[in-house]
Amino acid sequence: MRKAFEQEIQHLKDEILLLGRMVEDAILGSVDALKKRDIAASQAIFDNDDNINEKRYAIEEQVMVAIATQQPMAHDLRLLASLLEVAGELERMGDYAKGIAKISVLMGDQPLLKPLIDIPCMAQKDVDLLHRALTAFMEEDAETARLIPEEDDEVDGLYDQVYRELMMFIIQDARVIERTNWLLWVAHNLERVADRVTNICERTIFIATGRIKDIDSSHDTNNPSG
Amino acid sequence: MKNELNNIPILESCNLNIYYDDFKAVSDVNLCIEKNKITAIIGPSGCGKSTLLRSFNRMNELVPSSHADGQVFFSGKDLYASDVDPVAVRHRIGMVFQKPNPFPKSIYENIAWGARVHGYQGSLDELVERSLRQAALWDEAKDILQQSGLAISGGQQQRLCIARALAVEPEVILMDEPASSLDPISTLKIEELMHDLKKDYTIVIVTHNMQQAARVSDYTAMMMINDQRAGILVEYDETDKIFTNPQDQRTEDYVTGRFG
Repeated sequence: MRKAFEQEIQHLKDEILLLGRMVEDAILGSVDALKKRDIAASQAIFDNDDNINEKRYAIEEQVMVAIATQQPMAHDLRLLASLLEVAGELERMGDYAKGIAKISVLMGDQPLLKPLIDIPCMAQKDVDLLHRALTAFMEEDAETARLIPEEDDEVDGLYDQVYRELMMFIIQDARVIERTNWLLWVAHNLERVADRVTNICERTIFIATGRIKDIDSSHDTNNPSG
Repeated sequence: MKNELNNIPILESCNLNIYYDDFKAVSDVNLCIEKNKITAIIGPSGCGKSTLLRSFNRMNELVPSSHADGQVFFSGKDLYASDVDPVAVRHRIGMVFQKPNPFPKSIYENIAWGARVHGYQGSLDELVERSLRQAALWDEAKDILQQSGLAISGGQQQRLCIARALAVEPEVILMDEPASSLDPISTLKIEELMHDLKKDYTIVIVTHNMQQAARVSDYTAMMMINDQRAGILVEYDETDKIFTNPQDQRTEDYVTGRFG
């Protein structure tokens, strides 16, 4: 029984990795389509969010079955509870990508306010952080999980830069408010992705140690919601 | 590891060793049982759980080859002191066994008989009703009190045995796998009963069913055998901690089913 249960746990972790891959693709793809003004690609990413949601619910259901049938304890219990949490975090990251795709579709054939430079950097950094956070999660590597959130500052720094730059556009010409606002939303979504990477890292620490360490993000001035 | 309790423990073993002839079955156990709490003892088969449990009311003495050293204190008094009457001990520290063992007498007599033998002065009818109510059996048994205690279901028989143990008004009830021969509904009734009883009694339960230990107990003691095959106490803590974040790898392996 133990062997079958371990295989099931491994399968669930693999499913999380697959979901993570879908989300990584959605984040990079949504920004890339925005940058290239490829509406069809944006629409495809928007539609594909349903698959991400379905995958999340499928994982959730499998975890519930495992809890009901195996009555997990100790490390197993912490892991399964965390799988639920992480699946939810990934699904929400997928929603951010969907939001970016939606903005691109809303923009239609309007040109970008400016060439995108920092925003693609934010997306790249997000995906890099997410990928490493999921690797640490798979390996239950609390050491690495503690270090990754420190890099959230880089994403916050890029967000600050984008924010200041966009404010300058508004000050110069009030007619660009709508287009500015769209890009601000995109940057905001990407900033939130990194925050959720931190949540995944907290779960990894929890699985490994049994302690929920609330990783300090008090220096994060961009996020009034905390 | 839970070392110090807030209250004075009702039962406490100090450097307790229990032997069967030359074989040491339980080695150097130091354990405090808190009053009005449910303490579960878990661990693999043959790790000395039941032997330890039986030492708390001197039941091991009924096995001729068994002897012990170290001490067991009950409300601060040495249970094994030479002037202590083991029958009086078992009066104050009752026991319920794995297999329901009602006397081959009526339901009424199962409860009244012991009290009568001990010269109980009060109303036996009241004692029977009170005990059956406490054991959550009154509603089912009140119209069949003269029926044999063996003619009811296994779950009812086990509650009858609990009622019988309660009738002598003990302070502690030791339970050795009390629900292992019962179906899930009867098991649930016994567990609910334990929960109700801890207001007035202290319960120590040995169980192989870890979900049961997790459900019913406040504290959990994890035992296993050492290299000499003697039972040792591995970890003792609040039940929540034992089942979500045990500190000892052997406990982790046992509660997650990796053991052995």
